[in-house]
This record gives sequence, C-alpha cells and structure tokens, in this order.
Amino acid sequence: MLRQTMNQSQLWDWINEVSFAVTEITLYLDTHPDDEEALAFFYHYNEERKKALALYSSNYSPLTLNMVQQEDDYWRWATEPWPWEGGYC
Amino acid sequence: MWNYEKRLEYPINIKETNPKIAKFIMSQYGGPDGEISASLRYLSQRYSMPYREVMGILTDIGTEEMAHFEMVATIVHQLTRNLTPEEIKESGFGEYYIDHTLGIWPQAAGGVPQNACEFQVKADPITDIMEDMAAEQKARSTYDNILRVVKDPDVIDPIRFLRAREVVHFQRFGEALRLIQERLDSKNFYACNPVIDKNCGRK
Repeated sequence: MLRQTMNQSQLWDWINEVSFAVTEITLYLDTHPDDEEALAFFYHYNEERKKALALYSSNYSPLTLNMVQQEDDYWRWATEPWPWEGGYC
Repeated sequence: MWNYEKRLEYPINIKETNPKIAKFIMSQYGGPDGEISASLRYLSQRYSMPYREVMGILTDIGTEEMAHFEMVATIVHQLTRNLTPEEIKESGFGEYYIDHTLGIWPQAAGGVPQNACEFQVKADPITDIMEDMAAEQKARSTYDNILRVVKDPDVIDPIRFLRAREVVHFQRFGEALRLIQERLDSKNFYACNPVIDKNCGRK
C-alpha cells in the first residue's frame, strides 16, 4: 500500500513492485481479454502505479514524461541521475 | 524501462500499393543509415557518456528513432499489403517475397541484412556525438533520395516528416557537442578521451 510517509527507498521499491505487476498482468490480458479477475488486478495496480509515480515526481524527480510537474521551473528530466548510474533517479 | 504508445508519431494512410517503392524505403528500416541502427547507436552510447544532458538527448532521440522504425515499417507494410503473386513478380519484389513473404524484415534496399557494424560506440564523447551528427545527415540524404523517386503524396507526406526530424536531431546533437566542448580545454578537444585520459582535455 502506498503511504505518504514512505522514504525514497521504500517508494522506489513500491514503484518497481506495482509496475512489474502491471507489466505481468498486461501480458496475461493480451491472451485472456475477458478474465474479470485479471482486469480487476490490472485496474488496481495501474492506479497504484499512477499514484506512486505522481508522489515520486513531486518529492524527487519525474520517472516518466507524463509525470513532469507543471510547477517546475527547471528541466530535471535530463539532469537528475539516469538508471544505469545506479541508485535512484 | 520503456512503455509503448499505441499510435504512430505521424499518421500514415497509403491507399495504393507499390512494391518497387517499398523496397527502396525498406532501407530506412534496416539499411546502413536506417532507423533501427540509429536507435541502437544512440541508446548504446548512453552508458559511457559522462554528461547528463547528453545522456538525456541520447535517450530521447534513441526513443524517437524507435517510433520512426515503426513508421517506416508501416509505410512498407501499407505499400505491399494484399499484393498478388503477379504484381510481386513484375515489380522486382520477388527476391524479398521468396524469403519473407509480405513480412517486414530489417534489410537494406539491396538486400543486405541490418548489422551492428553500421554504427559505432567508441565511448569517447566527442567521437560518439560526431558520429551521431553524421548519421543524421546520412539518413537525411537517404530520405532525399527516396523523395526523388516517389510520386505518391500519401508516401511523400510521412517521408517529409521523417526527413525533417533528421534535421532537428542534427541540431540537437550539435548542441550536445557544444555542451561537451564547453566542459573541455579548447586547446586539445580532439587529442584525447576525457572519460579515460584523466587530467587530459578537461578544463
């Protein structure tokens, strides 16, 4: 469950978990498009992922271009760390 | 990590098939100056690039090239879909058809398969960005060659878009080169590799 009190490391792990859940259920749904249980799983984790990405973006930096904060006055997309550097972005 | 967006970067709706032109345009799918080689080049150069803004431009142009890879495939697909064996035999598309039917396979116009030897990752920032600028101009020349032999406005329109993007990418890589050079000693930009040769070339 997403908590506003999560530190960066906890939020990062949560994003990886819910994102993988979305990736995995997407493959399953491609070949089982009428599975209601799988659809409910997708809706839940896709929503959790969106909330977590938004919180990460407002507290640290955007992980997708959709999550770039409107009020930022600097393009942090390029200047914050990149994933292959190790650590958090 | 990547996510797919279910749309073309620029719309493509070709009404008339034309296998002869398809074989020419296919070169931008898997040819020496094609879109997938461009994408692999930029995305592979990111890991040894020491400057964040340049990591960013390599990531974002490398990603846009994947969208162009999809656009070129769409053009070839729409130019060849539902062809009859007679049309294929008469058009010069026969050799390709025998090996790949009407599938999309990365090869040059002359049939040479896509190959990583078409690009370099040298892990020297100036060397890599100069290669990238050259690649954008070579792709622009290829699109100009295609525009000289294509008459169908449905094909010309997206090809013109792709050509214009090569020019924009050249401009951005030029700016990346400037960002790199601003961090180096202008007396010897080209004499060493600032990633490997410590105390050489840096300001």
